[in-house]
Amino acid sequence: MSNNLLLEASNITKSFSGVPALENGVLRLRPGSIHALCGGNGAGKSTLLNILMGVLPRDGGSIKIEGRDVHFSSPKDALGFGISMISQELEPVPELTVAENIFLGREPKKAGFIVDYRRMFDQARDVLGELNIQIEPTVKLGSLSIAEIQMVEIAKAISQNARIIIMDEPTSAIGERETELLFEAVHKLKDRGAGIIYVSHRMNELFRIADDYTIMRDGTFVGTGSMGDIDRKYLIDTILGKELQEEFSKFNVPGEREILRVEHYTRHGEFKDISLSLKEGEILGIFGLMGSGRSEFLNTLFGINAPHDGEAWIDGAKFTPRGPRDAMDAGMAYVTEDRKGNGLLVGSSIRNNISMASVKKVSKLGLVSSRKEAKVARLQVENHQIKSSSIEMEVRHMSGGNQQKVVLAKWLQTDPNILMLDEPTRGIDVGAKREMYRFMSEFSRNGKGVIMTSSEIPEILGMSDRVIVFRKGRLAGELSGSDLNQDNLARLSS
Amino acid sequence: MSQQVLAKDKGVEEPAKNSGISKRLSDFMVSYGIIIAFLFICAVLSVISPYFLSTNNLLNVLRQVSINGVLAIGMTFVILTRGIDLSVGSLMACSSIVAASFAAGSEASFILVPIMMGLVTGLTLGAVNGLLIARFAIPPFVMTLGMLSMARGLTYIYNDGMPISNLDATFRFIGQGVVLGMPVPVLLFLGVFLISWFTLRYTTFGRYVYAVGGNPQAAMVSGINVRRVTFTVYAISGLLCGLAGLMIAARTGAALPQAGVAYELDAIAAVVIGGTSLAGGRGRIVGTLFGVLIIGVLNNGLDLLGVSSFYQQVVKGGIIVLAVMLDRSRLSSS
Ligand SMILES: Nc1ncnc2c1ncn2[C@@H]1O[C@H](COP(=O)(O)OP(=O)(O)OP(=O)(O)O)[C@@H](O)[C@H]1O
Ligand SMILES: [Mg+2]
Repeated sequence: MSNNLLLEASNITKSFSGVPALENGVLRLRPGSIHALCGGNGAGKSTLLNILMGVLPRDGGSIKIEGRDVHFSSPKDALGFGISMISQELEPVPELTVAENIFLGREPKKAGFIVDYRRMFDQARDVLGELNIQIEPTVKLGSLSIAEIQMVEIAKAISQNARIIIMDEPTSAIGERETELLFEAVHKLKDRGAGIIYVSHRMNELFRIADDYTIMRDGTFVGTGSMGDIDRKYLIDTILGKELQEEFSKFNVPGEREILRVEHYTRHGEFKDISLSLKEGEILGIFGLMGSGRSEFLNTLFGINAPHDGEAWIDGAKFTPRGPRDAMDAGMAYVTEDRKGNGLLVGSSIRNNISMASVKKVSKLGLVSSRKEAKVARLQVENHQIKSSSIEMEVRHMSGGNQQKVVLAKWLQTDPNILMLDEPTRGIDVGAKREMYRFMSEFSRNGKGVIMTSSEIPEILGMSDRVIVFRKGRLAGELSGSDLNQDNLARLSS
Repeated sequence: MSQQVLAKDKGVEEPAKNSGISKRLSDFMVSYGIIIAFLFICAVLSVISPYFLSTNNLLNVLRQVSINGVLAIGMTFVILTRGIDLSVGSLMACSSIVAASFAAGSEASFILVPIMMGLVTGLTLGAVNGLLIARFAIPPFVMTLGMLSMARGLTYIYNDGMPISNLDATFRFIGQGVVLGMPVPVLLFLGVFLISWFTLRYTTFGRYVYAVGGNPQAAMVSGINVRRVTFTVYAISGLLCGLAGLMIAARTGAALPQAGVAYELDAIAAVVIGGTSLAGGRGRIVGTLFGVLIIGVLNNGLDLLGVSSFYQQVVKGGIIVLAVMLDRSRLSSS
């Protein structure tokens, strides 16, 4: 049995500053299979994968590749064994071209030391073409969207001819269409006999593509088996370690009073002629493909950019923000899509991150009360079950999903009336998603309103009272009641 | 195959047992490493040269570091926001000559006039830095490099390249006086240190400085006025250059237009040795204090030992690189 395994990790342990993150990491990967590694936020998935990839040293345990014991001290060693990883935190080089990123460190050369750009671009074009990715290899990576960068990373892994490909939440930053491309690519890899370790908090995805599963909870191995033998409920309950009641808990009731009205909002090159209204107690969904202008629209509504045309009102009063501060003063909060880029101070503590947008609330005459600040942070950590060693923990040491919760906590601390959530459940586990949904319902129940974008159709359908659909920067339609279904969403958005 | 052997060789290491006391000790070293380094250097010097620990010599060290100290504190604010201020030496010289022109000879003005003029000069030039960096997005390196040259030129123009000497005795008190046994420049430095420490640690503005340096995008989205914070840190640095200008003119009893050349290097060195990251958002003013002290103690100690100033430069440079190396390993170890 164990002889034809591509990879076998047993009893892997790892502590950070004496705090165990991984107590018993186990993973058995068969060749030609897609293996779902499942677990809640902070379960130790990324830690295990980083150890497999040689990014982190392990404290104990063994790793076998095709039956041979291996000890990697850097990702380079792992690459030498045909393992490559698309990590949760992308770290590409923005100033280099797509092709240069794909071949970083392995550039085709002329005369032994001159980079052969022609050949590099051609090869990059081949790899991208094979995956049906329409990206020019000559453009700078920095000019691409997150989804596109993700696709480039995938192309890179494939071009490395890896036999084992680790994908840590590859779809958390990309839309439906890109996800389809990704799945196609993954299947090609599988057909070639590669083994793929796949992490995602989206259960639908797992059941669509995975062959095997391994479940972890609190740093320990819980179970493994074939995906065909289990159902969604079993998987979710095992991940959580308890029974999940209903997935979407929705109990808000939209009222009549309009709290936000937008008319003809336009920003050239981003979106055009967008009008909408938000009622008290309402959850308004915005659906659209990647690049349809959703985030750009929210950015503008929050005052980050100025609209070229159009007007807005909050509670009937004209609203023309000159910056985020004005929007916040008008009662808005905005959980952005890109938590690393513009959500967090990753080098600072949880406490400082949570108070960041509302320092004034814990200060008097410009002096911050550390005691009040700490109290507030502790309360949020408790309320949202943010997994951390203390409120002084640096955010960059937290798991992805827990970082997302910190961003949410930061904005809740501003006590908003209108909460804008751009892909709010990105990277958070099933349990936390449910809490998020509960929270949204609870929040809007008290005369407040939520605007939420999501690329996940079940989530949009499960939570929204009304959905407006964006297509290529335009309003493609509005759906509610019985019209609000998967077919209509798909039809309007593409 | 050979690859496997290679990887294996490198990887064979016993599992780290990071438990208990040794762990806590290493945590302590990480947080207070700079203080320990400082005490270590002092201990070595006091063994080699008994005179080192005398009150006189220690006060002397403090007096010598106080000007660099004031500049380095301004620099800390700037570097915390991911910026840099290369113009501090020039700004200091410019402030000192302007202040001196109101404090020289028989027609010297009332003491507050030269003080105000010196501070306002530094503040104004710093504000120009801040305005152009914050408002017109000129990279700090470029802007302050330009200002380094411009302010130096203005300093020469102001008095036709001549020094201003014969300064008023009341004015000289700022640099030469002693209060309660402490030299006035040392008291000024300590005052600036305490105010800055308090500001960074306990005020909303302090939070904003860290936020802007840590992630300017996130700070902006969180409603922090990034431009205002950026502007303010350069203005603070300028104001402190003004104060340093007063101190240096008063100490030497004259303002020299060529004063303070290359002072920006010592100021930046102190900040970096103190553990503040040039990438912004991370660092402490206490670190800068010890960075300043380490540079001062080293210069003094090497002087006492009769080491030539040529070697002193080599040592100082080495210390900077070492400090950053230690900082790097600290960041990657956690
Ligand atoms: N460098 C570090 N220092 C301290 N603690 C760490 C560090 N890296 C990870 N941890 C801790 O280890 C635990 C496991 O984190 P890990 O990132 O592996 O979780 P995960 O399963 O990938 O979660 P997610 O689904 O949220 O990405 C977390 O509690 C995290 O806070
Ligand atoms: Mg993870």
